[in-house]
Amino acid sequence: MKYIIKKIISMIITLVVVSLCVFLAFSIIPGDPALRMLGTEASPELIAQTRERMGLNDPFFIRYFRWFTAFLHGNMGTSYNYSVPVSGMILGKIPITLTMAVMSFLLTILISIPFGIITAKHEGGILDRVITVFNQIVMAIPPFFSGILISFVFGMVLRLFTPGGFISYKDDFGGFIRYLIFPAVAVALPKIAMTVKMLRGSVIDEAAKDYTRTAYSRGNNTNGVLYRHVLKNALIPVITFLGMVLADMIAGSIVIEQVFSIPGISRILLTSISNRDYPVVEAIIMGIAIVVIVTNLLVDIIYRIIDPRIGIEE
Amino acid sequence: MIKRSIGRKVGCRLLMVVLTTLTVALSGCSSDKTGDSKKPETEAAQADNQAGNADDLSKLIVGIPQDLDSFDPHYATGAGTKEVLFNIFEGLVKPDENGNLNPAVASEYTISEDNKVYTFTLRDGIKFHDGSAVTVEDIKYSIDRNAGADGSEPLVSSFSNIDSVNILDDSHVEIVLKEANSEFLTQLTVAIIPASNEHPENKIIGTGPYKYVSSAPQENFTVTAFDDYWGDKAYIKDVVFKIESNADAVVMDLEGGSIDMFARIPSSQVAQLSDKFEIYEGTMNLVQALYLNNKVKPFDDVRVRQALCYAIDPKEIMDFVSDGAGVEIGSAMYPSFGKYFMPELNDVYNQDVEKAKALLTEAGYPNGFEFTITVPSNYKQHVDTAQVISEELKAIGVTANIQEIEWNSWLSDVYNDRKYESTVVGFDASTLSAAALLARYETDASKNMFNFSSEAFDKAYANAQATSDDAEKTKYYKECEEILAKEAANVYIQDLPEFVALNKKFTGYVFYPLYVQDIAKIRPAQ
Repeated sequence: MKYIIKKIISMIITLVVVSLCVFLAFSIIPGDPALRMLGTEASPELIAQTRERMGLNDPFFIRYFRWFTAFLHGNMGTSYNYSVPVSGMILGKIPITLTMAVMSFLLTILISIPFGIITAKHEGGILDRVITVFNQIVMAIPPFFSGILISFVFGMVLRLFTPGGFISYKDDFGGFIRYLIFPAVAVALPKIAMTVKMLRGSVIDEAAKDYTRTAYSRGNNTNGVLYRHVLKNALIPVITFLGMVLADMIAGSIVIEQVFSIPGISRILLTSISNRDYPVVEAIIMGIAIVVIVTNLLVDIIYRIIDPRIGIEE
Repeated sequence: MIKRSIGRKVGCRLLMVVLTTLTVALSGCSSDKTGDSKKPETEAAQADNQAGNADDLSKLIVGIPQDLDSFDPHYATGAGTKEVLFNIFEGLVKPDENGNLNPAVASEYTISEDNKVYTFTLRDGIKFHDGSAVTVEDIKYSIDRNAGADGSEPLVSSFSNIDSVNILDDSHVEIVLKEANSEFLTQLTVAIIPASNEHPENKIIGTGPYKYVSSAPQENFTVTAFDDYWGDKAYIKDVVFKIESNADAVVMDLEGGSIDMFARIPSSQVAQLSDKFEIYEGTMNLVQALYLNNKVKPFDDVRVRQALCYAIDPKEIMDFVSDGAGVEIGSAMYPSFGKYFMPELNDVYNQDVEKAKALLTEAGYPNGFEFTITVPSNYKQHVDTAQVISEELKAIGVTANIQEIEWNSWLSDVYNDRKYESTVVGFDASTLSAAALLARYETDASKNMFNFSSEAFDKAYANAQATSDDAEKTKYYKECEEILAKEAANVYIQDLPEFVALNKKFTGYVFYPLYVQDIAKIRPAQ
C-alpha cells in the first residue's frame, strides 16, 4: 500500500515537471500564437487585442497556474486553431494511435516470444543462425525506411492497400484495421528483432544457472525445465523491455504516422507545435507522459506476479 | 547444456502455432482484400481514363498541404484556408478567373459620385446553406463584424474607413465611408454569414456553391454541392479536402488513388506522375523577391541594392528551381494583374557583373560583403531560390549565408519585428486591387517589413488612392512600380509557376488571379 502511494506521489511530481517543461519550452521558442492566427495582413492593434484576449500578456507563472488548475479540473482548454475543446479533439484521435500501438505490440509478442525460445533451444543450429543474421538486418532498418518499402511493395506493386488512403474507424472498422496492419508491421519489425535477441540471451543465461541442473536432477524433462523454471526467470528482463517498447510505440509513432499519412495523435502534436497551439500540445504531452508512467507501474506489478520474490523496496 | 535439451517436438509445435496464427491473419486479410478494395482498383487501372462506374465521378478528393486554420471566414488568414473557404462563402461581390468582380450576394451595386457611398441590392431569393433566406441584417452584421463596429479592432484593417452600414429597406444596404475610396469594392469580398449564427467558428454556414458536411482535424474537410445555389451549380456532388501533411507522399497518393487532385506540386514531382494525370500550368500569383531590409547596412545604400539586382539573374533561378517555368517580374506586381503589370521593368536590371562590381566599389564595398538570407524552411521553392542567389552573388564577391527558420519564427522575428537582413518569400494579394501589393511600401505602413521609404512613392501612392478615374489611377500605380524598380527596393525575381495535377477522370480546372481553388468549375471528363 505504501508502495502504491509512493508511486502515485512520484507520478504526480513527474507530471508537474513535464508540464512545466513544456510550458517553459514554449515561452522560450520564438513564435507568437496571436500572430500565427492573424497572419501577415493584420494591423498591430488587432494583434495586441488578440494577445490580450488569449491571455498571452500575463506573466509566465500566472499562465501556468491558470492552465494547471483548469487541467486538474479536467478542462484541457480550447484549441487556438480549431476553436473546439482540446479533449474532444484528442479523444477522436486516441483510438487511431492506440490501435496501431496495440497491433504492433501484439505482433511483437506473438512473433518474438516463440522465436526467442526456439532460437535459444536450438542455440548454434541452422535456424538460430539464420534468425540471428536476419535479426541483425531488421534491427538496423529504422521504421520510417521499412515503412516506405512496405508502402511501395504492398501499396504500389501488390496493391494490397492504398498508400495514404487511411480509412477512419468511424467509417469502416475493418478497412481501418487493414490499413493499420502495414504501419504496425513497420513499427514492430525492429522491436521483434530486439525482443528475440533479448529473450534468447536471457533464456541461455538462465539455463546455465545451477537451479536448472537441480530441476533436471529432480526428473524434469527439457520442456518442463524450460517452461516451468527457466522461462519464468528469463522473462523478467524481457518484460521490462516490452514495457519500454509499448511506451515507445505510443510516444514514438510520430515518424510512422507521417510516412503512412495516418491522422493520429502524433500528427496533431506535430502540427500543433508548428501552429503554436499550446493547449493541444500540453494535453498530448501530458497524455503521453501518463501512458509512459502507467506502463512502468504495470510492469512493476507484473514482475511481482511472475516472481513473488521481488519485494517492495522500502 | 541447452543443446542437449533440445526437444524437437515442442519446437515443431511452437512453430506450427506461429505459422497457423500468421496464416490465419494473412489469409483473413487477403480474402477481405479481394472482397472489396482490390477489385475496383485493378479495374480503375485497366480502364485508364474511363471511370469504372459513375459513382466515382460524383466525388472528388482534393489533397491540401495543411489543415484549415479557422472555420470562421472572418478570422481565417492562411492562404491555404481561404482557398478552400472560397467554395463555401461569398461576399457582396466575388472575383472571377479573369480578375473581374461580379455581384454575388448583392445582385447589383451603385457607387456614388464622390466614392463615399456604396449601395447594394440584395440578390432576390438567395439562401444560406441552412435554408434560411439572406437578409439585409445579415449583410450589415457581417460588415460590422469585420469593421469592429462594437468598438474592437477591425478584422480587415481597411474597414476602419467605414463610417456606417445602413439598412435602407428590405433589399438595400448602403455602406458609407469616412474618406472617399474608389477601390473599396475590392474589399467587399468578405464573407456574408448569418447574423443568427452564434458560433461561426465551428458552425459553417455560407452562401457558396458548396456547403459544409463534416471535418476531422488533420484528416479531412468534406463539402457537398448546395442545391439552392443562386448561380451556376457545382458539377461534382461531393468534395473531400484531404490533408496531406507529408509532401513526399503526394505522388504516391495520387498514383495510388487516394487523392484525385493536388495544387502547387513541385516540378520534380510533376515529372514522376504518370499520364493518368493532366497537369495544368499557371502561376501562383506571388511576388517572389530577395527582400532586403532597407534600414540595415549595407542595404541602406541604393547602390548596393542595385548591385544585387545586376548580379542576380531571375532566368537562372527559374532554370534551377523549376526547370525554367515561372514568369519574370521587375517590380512588386505579378502578370495576372493585367493592366497594372509592366513587363518592361524586367529590363531595368539585366545581369551585368561588371556594373554590379562598379556599383559596389562606388558604395565603398570593393571587396564585397557578407550577409544572411533568412528563409522559412517550409517553403522549398524559396529555399532553393536563396541557394541559387547565394551562388550568383559569389561572382561579385558577396557572400550570402542562408539561414533556414521555421515559419512562426519568420512571422515574429522577420515580418513583425523586422530583425533580419534579407529574406526570400512571396507576397500574395488579398484582394483584386493593385493596392493589395503596393500598400506595404508606404513609409509608415505597418506591413512595410522592408523599411522602404521614398517620398516619391508615398506621393504617387496617395495620388492613386485619391483619384477615381481608372486611367489616372493606373498611371499612378505604374509610377509606384517604377519607383520600386529604380530604387531597387528589393531584388524582384518571379511569379512562381504553379502546377496542378488533376486525375484525367476530371477536367475544367481554372486558375484565378488570386489564391483560390474554384472546385465548382471542375467536372467529370466525359
